[in-house]
Amino acid sequence: MSELDLSAIRKDFPILHQQVNGHPLVYLDNAASSQKPNQVIDAVSDYYRQDNANVHRGVHRLSQRATDSYEGARDKVRGFLNAQSDKEIIFVRGATEAVNLVAQSFVRPQLQAGDEILISHMEHHANIVPWQILCEQTGAKLNVIPMTMAGELDLSTFDELLTSKTKIMAIGHVSNALGTINPIKEMIAKAHAKNIPVLVDGAQAVPHMIVDVQDLDCDFYVFSGHKMFAPTGIGALYGKQALLEAMPPWQGGGDMILSVSFAHTQYNELPYKFEAGTPNISGAIGLGAAIDYMNGLGIANLAAHEHALLVAATEKVSALSGVRIIGTAAQKASVLSFMIEGVHPHDVGTIFDQQGVAIRTGHHCAQPVMQFFGIPATARASFAFYNTFEEIDALVGGIKKVQELFA
Amino acid sequence: MSNADLRDLYQEVIMDHNKKPRNFREMTDANHLAHGNNPLCGDALVVFLKLNGDVIEDVSFQGSGCAISVSSASMMTEALKGKTLAEAETLYQLVHKQMTGEEIDSSSLGKLAVLSGVKEFPARVKCATLSWHTLHAAMDSEHDISVSTE
Repeated sequence: MSELDLSAIRKDFPILHQQVNGHPLVYLDNAASSQKPNQVIDAVSDYYRQDNANVHRGVHRLSQRATDSYEGARDKVRGFLNAQSDKEIIFVRGATEAVNLVAQSFVRPQLQAGDEILISHMEHHANIVPWQILCEQTGAKLNVIPMTMAGELDLSTFDELLTSKTKIMAIGHVSNALGTINPIKEMIAKAHAKNIPVLVDGAQAVPHMIVDVQDLDCDFYVFSGHKMFAPTGIGALYGKQALLEAMPPWQGGGDMILSVSFAHTQYNELPYKFEAGTPNISGAIGLGAAIDYMNGLGIANLAAHEHALLVAATEKVSALSGVRIIGTAAQKASVLSFMIEGVHPHDVGTIFDQQGVAIRTGHHCAQPVMQFFGIPATARASFAFYNTFEEIDALVGGIKKVQELFA
Repeated sequence: MSNADLRDLYQEVIMDHNKKPRNFREMTDANHLAHGNNPLCGDALVVFLKLNGDVIEDVSFQGSGCAISVSSASMMTEALKGKTLAEAETLYQLVHKQMTGEEIDSSSLGKLAVLSGVKEFPARVKCATLSWHTLHAAMDSEHDISVSTE
């Protein structure tokens, strides 16, 4: 069980201590966006109060401090993912921007009509649409790894889907709609055996587990800060240095150049080549603070507590009649998606909100998953390490309230 | 807010229409129809109209949605049958005003007044207005057109 001091941890998150509709807030929408500890909020506001200036330019003291903090954050991300070099960490707006960057800058130049891109049926729209755009641009074909009724990838035809024409596999580490943890290490090894590079969408993984990009041997790993207790508008792309070196820049502008004349522009070295314009400096600093915070508590401890929460919630919700859990994979993280018989998830969301319980209802930006299960939407509770076992009781109470109203 | 407020939203009449939606059928001889959807929550419905001159001779709907959107559509079809297009337009405007919190004479809404609880739940106003927007689109066009309330 948990070795966390939950009451101390919850004190770090000021937003959790409020009443919503006359009830204490129970925040179970962490897969959509997580809350921020004081350590992150303070890092951002301290930067604006004390150090704010543009980075990588100016010899004055503030600019140097801002640059040190920004680059310090980059090194924290490197350590967080166990990447080899800071040059492999590109700051972006979030996972979505990172997928688009790789699609346009890495994959597009190599693509020809008839080439293939491989994704899975359980991807978030952010790991579907950029590839569809690329297919429209190039005449490439999108292939999809199927899934099972349990919400696990069906890998029975995986070998056949990795073809000589597959130019990239883009796969979610953890499904946002179902919570499934995919066996990406094995999948990456198989793809690499056929020289197919792999991008991993880690948006739902990094808040919940230790990620080691060298151990996974993925070529690209993307994530968003706001789902891991950092501000919105910041995220990171990890890419193997050799691949990033060979890629053309994605956007042009300041900071990504070494020299500019009308005859010729020389691009900057990594990672700056991919960071055109003034970056989200305070966001990066906040992300660094979030990493420090998670490391301070121990990511393994956080994962253990969350797993205990998910097991307890699954057990209690399964025991209720008239409730169907969507996504029953053997390996799951954080997410409990469910349907209450005869009640549309949108009504569930409103009734929960009246109890102060915040959950997500809808298609979770994963409409193909909803289509697979033949449902318009689900209600989804998603846990973070600051959630308590009492909050699971509030979840169960919310379901009972819905059933009572719709009886 | 309390459960009393939830009961303002989920009134008996609304729950009844949700369980047993009226005029919930495809109309094969419709001369106007429109598709409506709310991409945010996945609600999708079709409103069928059979106009005789400017009189709504028949109106029906099909689709899936939450209790608020289904019951609103169901009550709408009951309210509209036999009305003229001008009367339907007036009702459409009244319903819209009611949902967005404008002062109206609720007696003119008849049964539709039970939906007034929705205005206390801003996130749900679009659920209640989807069928009305779709109706409006159907009235305006003889072609099959689509509207979205996101």
